Amino acid sequence: MNTELTGVVVTFLLTVLLAFPLGRYIAKVFRGDRTITDFMNPVEKFIFRFSGIDPAKKMNWKEFLKAMLTINMLWFVYAFFLLLFQDKLPLNPDGNPGQTPDLAFNTAISFLVNCDLQHYSGESGVTYLTQLLVMNFLMFVSAATGIAALVGVLNGLREKTTNNLGNFWSIFTKTVTRILLPLCIVVALILVFNGTPASFDGKDTTTTLQGDTIQVSRGPAAGMIAIKHIGTNGGGWFGANSAHPLENPNYFTNMVELIAQMIIPIAMIFALGFYLNRKKLAYVIFGVMTVGMLLLLIPTIHWETAGSPAIEKLGVAQPMGAMEGKEVRFGPASSGYWSIVTTIISTGSVNSMHDSSMPLSGMMQMLGMMINAFYGGCGVGILNYLVYIIIAVFIAGLMVGRTPEFMGHKVEAREVKIAAIVTLFSAFLLKAGVALAAYFVAHHPEMAWAVKPSAWLNNPGYHGFSEMLYEFTSANANNGSGFEGLGDNNIFWNVSTGIVLILSRFIPIIGPVAIVGLLANKKFIPESPGTLRTDSMTFGMMTFAVIIIINALSFFPALTLGPLAEYFSM
Amino acid sequence: MKNNKTALFPRDLVMTALKQSFVKLNPRSMFRNPVMFTVELGTFVMLGVCIWIAAGETSQGSLAYNAFITAILFITVLFANFAEAIAEARGKAQADSLRKTREDTPAKKVFAVGEIFTNEIKIVPSSELRKGDSFVCEAGDIIPMDGEIIQGLATIDESAITGESAPVIRESGGDKSSVTGGTKVLSDRIIVKVTTEPGESFLDKMIALVEGASRQKTPNEIALTILLASFTLIFIIVCVTLKPFADYANTSITIAAFISLFVCLIPTTIGGLLSAIGIAGMDRALRANVITKSGKAVETAGDLDTLLLDKTGTITIGNRKATHFWPSGNTRENDFIEACVLASLADETPEGKSIIELAAGKGVKHTPSANGIKFIPFKAETRSSGVDLRDGTKIRKGASDAIKNMVKKTGNGFPVETEDKVKEIAQNGGTPLVVSRNESVLGVIELQDIIKPGIQERFERLRKMGVKTVMVTGDNPLTAKYIAQKAGVDDYIAEAKPEDKMNYIKKEQQGGKLVAMMGDGTNDAPALAQADVGVAMNSGTQAAKEAGNMVDLDNDPTKLIEIVEIGKQLLMTRGTLTTFSIANDVAKYFAIVPALFITSIPALQALNIMHLKSPESAILSAVIFNAIIIPVLIPLALRGVAYKPIGASALLRRNLFIYGLGGIIVPFIGIKLIDMVLALFM
Repeated sequence: MNTELTGVVVTFLLTVLLAFPLGRYIAKVFRGDRTITDFMNPVEKFIFRFSGIDPAKKMNWKEFLKAMLTINMLWFVYAFFLLLFQDKLPLNPDGNPGQTPDLAFNTAISFLVNCDLQHYSGESGVTYLTQLLVMNFLMFVSAATGIAALVGVLNGLREKTTNNLGNFWSIFTKTVTRILLPLCIVVALILVFNGTPASFDGKDTTTTLQGDTIQVSRGPAAGMIAIKHIGTNGGGWFGANSAHPLENPNYFTNMVELIAQMIIPIAMIFALGFYLNRKKLAYVIFGVMTVGMLLLLIPTIHWETAGSPAIEKLGVAQPMGAMEGKEVRFGPASSGYWSIVTTIISTGSVNSMHDSSMPLSGMMQMLGMMINAFYGGCGVGILNYLVYIIIAVFIAGLMVGRTPEFMGHKVEAREVKIAAIVTLFSAFLLKAGVALAAYFVAHHPEMAWAVKPSAWLNNPGYHGFSEMLYEFTSANANNGSGFEGLGDNNIFWNVSTGIVLILSRFIPIIGPVAIVGLLANKKFIPESPGTLRTDSMTFGMMTFAVIIIINALSFFPALTLGPLAEYFSM
Repeated sequence: MKNNKTALFPRDLVMTALKQSFVKLNPRSMFRNPVMFTVELGTFVMLGVCIWIAAGETSQGSLAYNAFITAILFITVLFANFAEAIAEARGKAQADSLRKTREDTPAKKVFAVGEIFTNEIKIVPSSELRKGDSFVCEAGDIIPMDGEIIQGLATIDESAITGESAPVIRESGGDKSSVTGGTKVLSDRIIVKVTTEPGESFLDKMIALVEGASRQKTPNEIALTILLASFTLIFIIVCVTLKPFADYANTSITIAAFISLFVCLIPTTIGGLLSAIGIAGMDRALRANVITKSGKAVETAGDLDTLLLDKTGTITIGNRKATHFWPSGNTRENDFIEACVLASLADETPEGKSIIELAAGKGVKHTPSANGIKFIPFKAETRSSGVDLRDGTKIRKGASDAIKNMVKKTGNGFPVETEDKVKEIAQNGGTPLVVSRNESVLGVIELQDIIKPGIQERFERLRKMGVKTVMVTGDNPLTAKYIAQKAGVDDYIAEAKPEDKMNYIKKEQQGGKLVAMMGDGTNDAPALAQADVGVAMNSGTQAAKEAGNMVDLDNDPTKLIEIVEIGKQLLMTRGTLTTFSIANDVAKYFAIVPALFITSIPALQALNIMHLKSPESAILSAVIFNAIIIPVLIPLALRGVAYKPIGASALLRRNLFIYGLGGIIVPFIGIKLIDMVLALFM
């Protein structure tokens, strides 16, 4: 095995090795056991007293969701106005302008929903103030919202029969103080010591070897880059994201950032096992997700390291693999690994340009986002997986001749209905968006928007279709990465993806919380030999099959016209 | 009547079903089935397209091709309707044959105030009997209607219903007072009160359920329908968004291709067979001679966790039997057995007979000459019976304490070893009978419950399904425990009173379990109502039958086990066919999607992995396959998927392999074959 592949394998193994104890720690935090972060107690107590919150108040699933949605709405309004008027506010050393309303709408939503689509460039589109008080702030709270929703769900599954999902405010606060903040401090320190800037000074001027003078943007970036990965957010300080030498200086920081973005999603799986005391279930879920990741990853690394067949036809040797759009300091294997990791979990940060990936690698990235449950984003990945489980439980339950049960509760029409709606919406939002975009490109190429539809696409034909497909897939998965070929800072893309973002964020959170709220309220049925065990390999296989079939059936035609057509035409 | 193995498609039923499949095309009835309703809509659209082409439109392909697709879609709907209709017809035919026996039987109706005198009896057709009327039945009469005996006792031949030829005794009062229309009175005279209005008997209700008039979707069916409807919606989205996608790719797609893609993708196979599966479940119950009052009851049966079973008749053969002779001390065995035989000569109880049988098996025959023997019948005071021989010898047999008292009175001792034996037998769940001659103890006869052969295996099978069995018996706890262990039941209720059953059911239900029980008496009624599945015996009282949600015509307590399997089969058939139906879509995608784009994107030929001849033949093959898979699977839908108690995970693996993997592979082969045939004509 060559060094590049070894790097990938070591990075993954390190991630799992670190995620396991972290999972146990997270379970302890929410169980209320003693942990090493108990010194945060006074801080939390102050926050609760200051905000008038009774952290012991029980919440049923409706109250839980109400609290979550209300605070999210407030954050949106706050972020929107700050972005709109950022040019008039302090901490703007580079004199950047305020955002247009449609861009501010898109940006505010995008960061609120843990997506970070970024239709602007960090160097010129935002100020230090908005980077810190909007981007950085929302990165913390959006990740905490996702984790809190999952913990609420776990609370429902933990008791035999209950209508108490725990106190949203308390879970949310603890997520920030006990999990996100400590981890971010560690990662930020590592980044700073490797050269990432953390300064309030404006642009710096340097003279290059050729004697040109260039302006180098900087700012208090290290902290944001830490939470960008720890919180699976993905929004970069700089426009080029983690391909930028100051955002991701070397192979070591590359590894750290890879581990940082994957650690909480994997730790949450183990936390589920410890918290519910169903370790086997956690291992089965981890197994299914890992197999899913490998099936996307291995071909991707193969295609990326093999190089482009088009260049090969020209008789040019590609010993380094496909290097277009990649950084030499990372290489194709690590870039391929990053591109899959960042798409299966909902980070969306990039260390290479996905637009330049091989067609089928691009398809793998899109599949990762369409499925959105192989590890998935902070907390929400498991919530997405739960929806697949409900459908799998239902079909499998029927197949063994018993009314389906999950964790001792009967899965009936209402739960199936909610799971079906969530699945349906994901397919609908994604394809309706692409259809709309394709319609404008095909029928109204000269619409008088800031960027005309005819100029949206960097590439014609199948790859252009992939660019549109990728953008909506990314929005629908709350991922935030982009096929950067797309001219997306205009009213169509800002508004359409903004709407897709907000729906595809909250429907898949409301759905599972409601399902578990309803399930937890039902009578508990003890397991018998006739019960289909959800922590068995067989059921893991079943869930995997459901995931593959649902996504294949929903997206096969679209993928055919994009990456598949491109691949076969090469 | 026990024609449980009728052919799947008798000719007359097929004819009725064919007619019904056209009647069911009415959109109002199609609307109940959202999947097939959309196919019907698609057919109408295609009909419009055909007319459009006939009027001169040229962009939509040839008229023949479009007309062919329209025809296949129409046939798809018909096939689905046929599946439902044939299931209905079979269920109805089964119920009709049960009902026919009681129609237009002359009834001897009793008029409280007649034209000439009170309680006058007149012969009227049975159809004129109303609830509350009474009629008389005498030896040789066919009972005209279901009812309850209010006066008298009769032996009745119920073979018309149960297939069991041995006559049964029914009498007024008590728990055996119910009679069923169509059965025959063999002896004596009874007066019966009609308990149901005509057309409202359980059988009538069941027929209404099967015919669909009052058929309600069961909870699982509703959930599945929701899931299928959402799959249908996903495919609507797929097809609608494909239009702008194709526009972008500069490909024009005909309406026929769109509708074909859509119809192939939506789960028509399960959609078409869903109601047939439900009806077939009730029908299978009926073939097992169980009348269900709702489809839900059958479905619930598949989920049962706990079965309450009466010991007598279910676990043991009705009566106890002698299994051992234990002579005491110095008594010779043959002597003892002879005494036992003599003591039992006049004993007409099954226990007494079994003693003689056992003795005969040991080579001791009783002397047939009973001359001069004086039989002493069993009396409650003495709690013993026996004979006084001509020579004055008194032989007695009875409960050990009764004999002990008798023996002690005369000053004789009660042997210690007999005492021990008595205790031992009682501990093992048996009944000891002590035999004495002239007030001295000869030995003990051991009577034991005989556990039905094969019952252990059935309980083992239930255990593998995850069903707990509970034995209910009036025996003392010691006996109950012994028999429970021997028969392999999981739990028992000893010295059970009716309220004990009720409490046990409530306790189990509080633990989240579904409980079934079988009962016949009026005092069983509350428990039958409380149980999730209450099976009343047809011989039971009206109250019991009203309280339960199933009636077993055979009065066979082991029927519960069959009912559980029928319920499981019902759910499994739905689950497996859903999986099969959805898995089929993979192959259909590979047939249709390349066909749609191959003209404008030739590179997509690589996706045509089946090497179908042309885009038209590919689409046609997929649509034809989609249509004919429905009738091909009707037999499976009607018979149900075989249930194997191999544990849930193993069962899931097996069904995933057969119906999941099979569902992916079969259509690849099927579509390719159809395409090869079509290639000969196109």
